[in-house]
Amino acid sequence: MNHLKKLGNSLLAPLLALFLAMVVTSIILVAFGSNVVMVFQQMWGYGSKASSIALILNLATTYYLSAVAVAIGFKMNLFNIGVNGQYLLGGMTAAAVAGRLTLPGYLAIPITILVAIVVAAAWAGIAGWLKVSRGVSEVISTIMLNFIALGIISYTIVRTNVGEEIAVNVRGTRKIPTSGQMPGFTFPNSNIEVYGFIFIAIFIGIGYWFLLNRTRFGYDLRASGMSPSAAVASGVDSKKMTLYAMLISGAIAGLVALPDLLGSSHTYTLNFPTGFGFTGIAIALLGRNNPLGIAFGALLWAFLDVSSQQLDLVGVPREIVTILQGVTVLAVVIAYEIVRRNKVKAQQRDVGLALADNKEGLVL
Amino acid sequence: MTESTSALTLTGIWKRFPGVIANSNVNLSVGAGSIHAIVGENGAGKSTLMKILYGMQKPDEGTITVAGIPTQLNSPSDAIELGIGMVHQHFMLAENFTVLENIILGNEPKHGVSLDLMAARNRLSALATKYSLQVPFDEYVSELGVGDRQRIEILKVLYRGARILILDEPTAVLVPQEVDELFSALRDLKAEGITIIFISHKLDEVLAIADEITVMRAGTTVAAVNPKQEPVTARELAELMVGSELPTPDTSENTVTDKVVLSVTALTVANSDGKNVVDNVSFKIHSGEILGIAGIEGNGQAEIVDALLGVVATSGAIEFLDTDITSWTTRKRRENGVAVIPEDRTRQGLLLEAPLWENRMLGQQTVAPNARGVLLDPAGAKKDTWRIVREFDVRTPGIDVHASALSGGNQQKLIVGREMSGSPKLLIASHPTRGVDVGAQAAIWEHLRTARAAGLAVLLISADLDELIGLSDSIAVLLRGKFVTTVDPHTVTPAVLGSAMTGAGE
Repeated sequence: MNHLKKLGNSLLAPLLALFLAMVVTSIILVAFGSNVVMVFQQMWGYGSKASSIALILNLATTYYLSAVAVAIGFKMNLFNIGVNGQYLLGGMTAAAVAGRLTLPGYLAIPITILVAIVVAAAWAGIAGWLKVSRGVSEVISTIMLNFIALGIISYTIVRTNVGEEIAVNVRGTRKIPTSGQMPGFTFPNSNIEVYGFIFIAIFIGIGYWFLLNRTRFGYDLRASGMSPSAAVASGVDSKKMTLYAMLISGAIAGLVALPDLLGSSHTYTLNFPTGFGFTGIAIALLGRNNPLGIAFGALLWAFLDVSSQQLDLVGVPREIVTILQGVTVLAVVIAYEIVRRNKVKAQQRDVGLALADNKEGLVL
Repeated sequence: MTESTSALTLTGIWKRFPGVIANSNVNLSVGAGSIHAIVGENGAGKSTLMKILYGMQKPDEGTITVAGIPTQLNSPSDAIELGIGMVHQHFMLAENFTVLENIILGNEPKHGVSLDLMAARNRLSALATKYSLQVPFDEYVSELGVGDRQRIEILKVLYRGARILILDEPTAVLVPQEVDELFSALRDLKAEGITIIFISHKLDEVLAIADEITVMRAGTTVAAVNPKQEPVTARELAELMVGSELPTPDTSENTVTDKVVLSVTALTVANSDGKNVVDNVSFKIHSGEILGIAGIEGNGQAEIVDALLGVVATSGAIEFLDTDITSWTTRKRRENGVAVIPEDRTRQGLLLEAPLWENRMLGQQTVAPNARGVLLDPAGAKKDTWRIVREFDVRTPGIDVHASALSGGNQQKLIVGREMSGSPKLLIASHPTRGVDVGAQAAIWEHLRTARAAGLAVLLISADLDELIGLSDSIAVLLRGKFVTTVDPHTVTPAVLGSAMTGAGE
């Protein structure tokens, strides 16, 4: 009963937010003269097809990794806006290395992953080091590092022999040999392959939960986020924690490019999809940094992205989905704050009730 | 004073929260142009009453009469309209605004679309002169000390036209000299016909300033005293507040041993301006000894605690159980038996948004029963949290509620219980019974005495002189970062100690 109540409480906020977002979007749709019911029907109908579900899973895998990377920073009040630059730089380097590896898969794939992690973590580590040693806000430094990363990538692909002409007028890293690619599985009733990397993403989610809730390190991290002063008094070295949190956030960011790289494109070109770092911020907010919440948020986001492709066909601008996504994030932030405040009040009332039986019930 | 000149009257006020009655049958009559003190223990219902007066909460029953007219206060803006203003204990000022900008914030005089700063300045200068509340109008608030900030808050309220001023624990943040300045300002305000409601639990100060005193206990008003007509002592007031004879801290037998637990030599701590806030301090604490540090807050106590914990840079030597620990990290000190009851429990002692059992881990997150290797041991921590809840009488329905749900006294009992766990060798106790009720205070004293008898070395910092004298085996007086004298608690009186603390004995 108590557990059921708890579950109900934790679902209340996201459902409330989603409902609110749909109401706002409906109003906008009506204002533009669209048929609301038709739009949602079309999206659901297209989004629930087998091939769409496969696409959603693939997209959600990428989003999930990005959001977990952001969430680790959030847990310590660090705002890693640089996931974008970190995964692009890590992905490019990993692709360049993987393209030249002639090893069997069980060696090549781990090496590729390791390269991506190390490069991205090092890139995030620059921001961590600047913050710890010079007090530079990680918000500023990670934004700047995003631009620098893009510059380095363009230069490397266009001007050095890391980049090769892989198609007419397209330069990219050398194609990863079949042995170095990561196999996936075909989604039932479709001809679309789901990335094998989805299992690594699930593993990362479990690891994230375990790290935060079952290790001393995770406790120190959360304590630093909840109350820096109490954490310091309890023996946490705040500078070390900041650096470690940035490094771990960056390491996970390094994985973001890999589902696509190892699963479908097999080469890094200048057209490699960008912007996942920012989507990750929205999804981490949506999922309240909770591993399951983030999974839910990533799936929802991917569903909206995929199903929006149908809208152009029925004459509704697909940007309406972008509005829906934005409103959902805003609504979630508001809904969670409302639910949180109610929870605090309810707890104080419970404590009051428990003490009211007592003679000294006055606790205010 | 007669009823007809009453500025504010409350009759039969009740305020219930689910499960708790915060105010029951509160009656209060504040004479116009008087200084009226409301005293009571933490949890006596002062805060709720204050919120009702300022329109932040609506009473369930009862009437509020302002200047003879029955009225309803639905929000602070209603209160402001009726000329009731409030100065909060924690100042609400924008640091990077000037004093002038802060005062007019939210009530800016306009000149078309632009600010009419000249008009504001003229009006404020007139106010400041009239009430002798001088503040530097053009300085940034971030440059100013607490005394100035408080004057700014008072001016801000007056600027909005307040005739009744509510001050919530105004002296809590002030040093004695600033308290004197505040009191003289309050007397000037009174002379100009302003009514002042003064909420406090510092009885000496209340007796020094108040014309009328209302005592609250357990949610209700139990006595109205007029000290000008019937003299009353601080102790009599205190007994009215707690409703019984006061318990006294008292360590009967001497348990001090020869074994030195902590030896501090020439400890010096500099603040960010390079000033030595702790200056060449040396002391020793033996096993089974309680060393008390007396001193007005802000004379270096917090910095000594930080230095012993290893969270600030220091010079000098700190030896703990014959080992030089000056270079040890905070964590290493904690793991080796240094426990701390911090002075500000919500900032340094608790994770407010975490459940009690996670708070049980704080500061001991690397050792049993909270951890096994690099992993946490939630089951062990939970079990031990229940033990603390039982042994230290923490009033809570469970250990999964967040720390923020507990009252201050129960939070403090949880902290004391936690810090006494794992057989510490040295306990640094800053204001261990601050803000807790009388029953819990006696229990905490008993725990300290038991631990002392078992060989714990305690550094006790307290603003409660009875507590210091009653518990300590010896007392050092700290003034401007230096030990000025050492006194024997068996012979010293609070009066003598008090004057040593202010440097009067020099």
